[in-house]
Amino acid sequence: MFRKPALITFITAGDPNVKATLDFMLALDKYSDVIELGIPFSDPMADGKAIQKANVRALKAGTRVGDVFNLVREFREHSDTPVVLMTYYNPVYRRGVERFVAEAKESGANAMIVVDLPLEEAGEYLNVCEKYDMGTVFLAAPNTPDDRLRMIDEASSAFVYLISLYGTTGAREKLSQLAFDLLKRAKRICSKPLAVGFGVSKAEHVRELVKAGADGVVVGSAIVDIIGKYGEDAIDPLEEKLKELRSGLFF
Amino acid sequence: MKFGEFGGQFVPEVLIPPLKELEKAYNELKDDEEFKSELDYYLRNYAGRPTPLYFAKNLTEKLGGAKIYLKREDLLHSGAHKINNTIGQALLAKKMGKTRLIAETGAGQHGVATAIAGALLGLKVDVYMGAEDVERQKMNVFRMKLLGAEVIPVHSGSKTLKDAINEALRDWVATFEYTHYLIGSVVGPHPYPTIVRDFQSVIGRETKRQILEIEGALPDVIVACVGGGSNAIGIFHPFIEDRSVRLIGVEAAGKGIETGKHSASLCAGEKGVLHGMLSYFLQDEDGQIATTHSIAAGLDYPGVGPEHAWLKESGRAEYVAVTDDQALKAFVELSKTEGILPALESAHALAYAMELAKEMSKDEVVVVNLSGRGDKDLGIVMEALTCSANQL
Repeated sequence: MFRKPALITFITAGDPNVKATLDFMLALDKYSDVIELGIPFSDPMADGKAIQKANVRALKAGTRVGDVFNLVREFREHSDTPVVLMTYYNPVYRRGVERFVAEAKESGANAMIVVDLPLEEAGEYLNVCEKYDMGTVFLAAPNTPDDRLRMIDEASSAFVYLISLYGTTGAREKLSQLAFDLLKRAKRICSKPLAVGFGVSKAEHVRELVKAGADGVVVGSAIVDIIGKYGEDAIDPLEEKLKELRSGLFF
Repeated sequence: MKFGEFGGQFVPEVLIPPLKELEKAYNELKDDEEFKSELDYYLRNYAGRPTPLYFAKNLTEKLGGAKIYLKREDLLHSGAHKINNTIGQALLAKKMGKTRLIAETGAGQHGVATAIAGALLGLKVDVYMGAEDVERQKMNVFRMKLLGAEVIPVHSGSKTLKDAINEALRDWVATFEYTHYLIGSVVGPHPYPTIVRDFQSVIGRETKRQILEIEGALPDVIVACVGGGSNAIGIFHPFIEDRSVRLIGVEAAGKGIETGKHSASLCAGEKGVLHGMLSYFLQDEDGQIATTHSIAAGLDYPGVGPEHAWLKESGRAEYVAVTDDQALKAFVELSKTEGILPALESAHALAYAMELAKEMSKDEVVVVNLSGRGDKDLGIVMEALTCSANQL
């Protein structure tokens, strides 16, 4: 679904409000190969502080699931860059899996990541995604055994998301050796593109991962932190950060 | 393993291997004679099992209906049923080679029971507690610290129990190699609801033996309060096949279901997925989890254990809700008639049982699970009684 190596950038929809998010997406679009758009959730238990706060800001601003679909629809008027929706399962389940996926597809989203939906629970979701031609992305962690990694690869039609560490999302100083070990293992086992995320926050991190063979690198908290700091006025510092991150793709 | 469609393992991928490890260890140990006798030893000699099944004669006579029996879990060490589970899981953690326990707590009862189990078995304990609850429950915070545990205030989200669970899960994804997450109720991803149920079922097994000894027959009704639902599952489970026994779970209606300020997820919630399980949750149309209210902190949770969701759906158990005010009245009533201060959680079960008993005949029997003692609630009760017309 993307040109390699790809810079995949994440923001939370509606942070600090829906209108600003569209402006941010257009800014991200200049430097990113894929945009990952988070659907705000009241209980983001896989996320660290930065993205938790973004979720709170977005919900406080009154962001609804329907607003996120509208956002993608508006973005589509300006750009063809792939959009991946990242969500927890409850907003999907509550809306009805089929209705959610159909609306997401219709709005122009290309793929979905459901953080707390492991393969065991994903039967209906996988069928629906296939029916609507919605791309799927499953996560794999450093402790995911080889046979499971193979199943995750099979279930992921868009790409496989490799988690670089044990923990939640959030910027870290250094990349963990776990990231490189997992990437090496996944390159041997998987056939789909491999994107690495969690803790990636600098051009240097991007460079190291691309050198090690990552097809894509996901940066979230480092970007969301800037939005947290500057609010609606985040465009300039965002572009500066994105330029820096993008420089890591090429060496 | 699921309970009908409920339960499951809705967790980030990284938690799948530790959950599998836990399930395997538990399945190997649960029927192991040495493990069972060690657990039994601590439950008897340390926690104070078996607990009495007490015939509340004064209360029964005053109400003039069915005989009311109280299962006295309030007499356990630590003052509540929580310890049945914490000793069991702490022993399990130790056998798995874990050196640290983490737990979530609302009012602090499960945190205290975990701190006790950690002190007893030599495991480090970190307890996550919503910042608001830390403020409201200072004595229990101090108690946990005295018992050697660290209390980590959680400032995210609504700063209460559900956020403490989120934070404990965040800790666990980073530390599972040496840490056991000791969940305090029949909630969370599989196998937790099963493990906690099994450790709490000692309540129902004893009750069955005791009531057969005293009355020579099974009870007509068993009533227990339901937050996450561990004391209720504990007393219900051994009676599930005894179809003549009505099982009634009592949720917290808070200030009234119609006010939206309650935590009655089975009575007023919708199906959803949170904290690893498919169950009933209080939530909005977008699936955002609601903030809840109950005067009883132990019931103040927006979800409920998946086995309760199944018992409701299958019709085997009934679920009702009782307000803060009704629970307070029952608290005062039991204190005066029987000289027992019930926990505000247990007072919910009692309030419903008292209404029910009045309408029943004198030869019928109602058992109430008195899951904890009320000393921890004195501050709240004092404040509530001074503020209301509900005079002593």
